[in-house]
Amino acid sequence: MSELWEVFIRPRRGLSHVHVGSLHAPDAQIALRNARDVYTRRQEGVSIWVVRAADITASSPDEKDAFFDPAADKVYRHPTFYKVPEGVAHL
Amino acid sequence: MPVRGRLSDPVLHPVAYFSVGCNTRGVYGNDFDQPGAASLLEEVDAAERALKAAAEGQVVAGDGDELQAYFDAVIAADQKIEPRDWMPEAYRKGLIRQIAQHAHSEIIGMQPEGNWISRAPSLQRKAILLAKVQDEAGHGLYLYAAAETLGINRDELVDMLISGKQKYSSIFNYPTLTWADVGAIGWLVDGAAIVNQVPLCRCSYGPYARAMIRICKEESFHQRQGYEILYTLAHGTPGQKAMAQDSVDRWWYPSLAMFGPPDTESTHSEQSMAWKIKRFSNDDLRQKFVDMCVPQAEVLELRIPDPALAWNEQRQAYDYTQPDYEELFQVIRGDGPCNRQRMAHRRAAHDDGTWVREAAAAYATKHSVGGRHE
Repeated sequence: MSELWEVFIRPRRGLSHVHVGSLHAPDAQIALRNARDVYTRRQEGVSIWVVRAADITASSPDEKDAFFDPAADKVYRHPTFYKVPEGVAHL
Repeated sequence: MPVRGRLSDPVLHPVAYFSVGCNTRGVYGNDFDQPGAASLLEEVDAAERALKAAAEGQVVAGDGDELQAYFDAVIAADQKIEPRDWMPEAYRKGLIRQIAQHAHSEIIGMQPEGNWISRAPSLQRKAILLAKVQDEAGHGLYLYAAAETLGINRDELVDMLISGKQKYSSIFNYPTLTWADVGAIGWLVDGAAIVNQVPLCRCSYGPYARAMIRICKEESFHQRQGYEILYTLAHGTPGQKAMAQDSVDRWWYPSLAMFGPPDTESTHSEQSMAWKIKRFSNDDLRQKFVDMCVPQAEVLELRIPDPALAWNEQRQAYDYTQPDYEELFQVIRGDGPCNRQRMAHRRAAHDDGTWVREAAAAYATKHSVGGRHE
């Protein structure tokens, strides 16, 4: 039967594509046309991506903590970590 | 839209701009007449902002080891459960049932109005009705897509509708006898649907909440176009006004019944409330709908067919006559005026589409020989 496709839409120039939902279609061309009819009836987008759901590899919520751990203890990656002496501008 | 400036009820006034990041922003225009009036669409907008705000927060759960504890903490923090999260089996099953029946209702809901596409009184009204019926199909598809994230596939969902294993809203088993019924469906049926659905924009399951935000924004067009049809008829010839009144007479009580049985007899409510799928009781929503409709009917100069309808100063709400719940259950059981016709039509449409699905699949197979061909 027809495959499941995930649909991503760029709302306007200057913005990135955002996931809006999914649909079924037998091939990419029909998926694009269906996406236009289902998700952009009110000019919600200027560009559409369709991706086979089966082709998406996703991280698992079960391993959430371990997977994202490396970022947790590196607060020095954020500018707010650093003390800026009073009176210093443009930093 | 000659009557636009006179449609003064706040419910019919969409929010001009939706928050940044929503791809429907700016599409719906700005026609506020009453700044500050709290409309249902503002509630949709608020739900969308709350969804984004909740996402910023941190869920605090005991180490995140306990699945149930983590799920409970997410719900308690008003955050969203997403498709691959662990969830209780009853939450998953309940949501599949609710979202699927909602989707089926949108699909079957195309029929009563589709009945009038070929007989709309002008080309413009025909084009508007076509757009509206197309929206209903779109709403069904958003909802099927949301249901599929819970691990059920589209074929199963379609099959459950066609085999009658799952129901759709009983309101669509009533016939559309006149053009005014298209107006009454927009005003009352879509109006009741919006009152029911706005709280679902805050539902705890992410894909459902997001689909509902899209749907509610589009429904407001439906409700307005219905109201405008009735307003035009009610201010036309005596015959047209009588036709409008007749349609309101027939659709009022079935619309009240759309909120489901009274709270004392509602079966799924308590758990749904705890899981933040449902947020208000059937009777609370029904009251809200009545209170909304009364002033709208006055502007239409049409009578709500309820002699007991009266403002209750103490409750600050209207007293009204309950719909006939025995009739509601009878229609749900399959004995409404159009149950068999609706199902027969849906099955025929599905069967008639077989060759299209087969041809598209054959084309896709032919063009994918020797690797994927985009």
